[in-house]
Amino acid sequence: MEMDILKEMESLRRGIDGAFKEFGVGSFLEPSFLPGVGLQRFPQVNLAQDKDNVYVEALVPGVDAKDLDLTVMRGVLTLTGERKEETDSQRTWHRRERGHDKFMRTIDLPNEVDVDGVIAKFSNGVLLVTLPIQEQAKPKKISVKTH
Amino acid sequence: MGQKDMSVRSGNEIEGREQTHDLFIRPAVDIFETDEGITLLADLPGVTKEDLNVDIEQGLLTVQAKGKSYLKAEPIQREFLPGNFYRQFQLADIFDAEKISAKINNGVLTLRVPKSEAAKPRHIEITAT
Repeated sequence: MEMDILKEMESLRRGIDGAFKEFGVGSFLEPSFLPGVGLQRFPQVNLAQDKDNVYVEALVPGVDAKDLDLTVMRGVLTLTGERKEETDSQRTWHRRERGHDKFMRTIDLPNEVDVDGVIAKFSNGVLLVTLPIQEQAKPKKISVKTH
Repeated sequence: MGQKDMSVRSGNEIEGREQTHDLFIRPAVDIFETDEGITLLADLPGVTKEDLNVDIEQGLLTVQAKGKSYLKAEPIQREFLPGNFYRQFQLADIFDAEKISAKINNGVLTLRVPKSEAAKPRHIEITAT
């Protein structure tokens, strides 16, 4: 019964700390990416920023680049796509944790970006979007003069 | 926390025991069986052929991979932590470990393990005398 107690504790913790769900300590009980429709956000996204760009990294294993669509509008990046499953002959399932379906995520960007300069790169199931920050949105240093 | 033994589906001849190491990311998998063998699909985003290790020893299948992040700056909002992947499965001896095949495409590992000849279903012709 020890496992049951551990699982319950785990789900409580995840309720509070949603941003780290499925990873780190305790991830061993739950599948990682798509455990069914509506249960978890897919794809998982990390957002980063330096002085010139906003970066969005999304985990989209098993999705073809042609099935991915990106739009940027008014400071919101929308990522839509579909993870397809090849279906053939009859199968007996032993594990089914990955899931497959259409998905959509909207990501609020922390800064005004230059929509014409957006670069999206896809490799090995990871999408990296680089969005350049607009000049007027960058912090401007003002020098203080003394009399 | 160290290694954990989890008994999964006791009485199942395909996988009696599964082991995971909780310092690693446990990849989500699909496993299905056909008459020919089993196929395992595992989500390993960011993993290339060079960073992937698949071992089988006495029926214990180990999938291990080095994850990586392409982000150049420190995340300000995080939903996942980059880390290494690790998951183990115990296979029943009806499988032919010699003929296992593995490929990785778009961050998904596909492993095919055929059943040994003796374990495949066979149709028996009935002859009238």
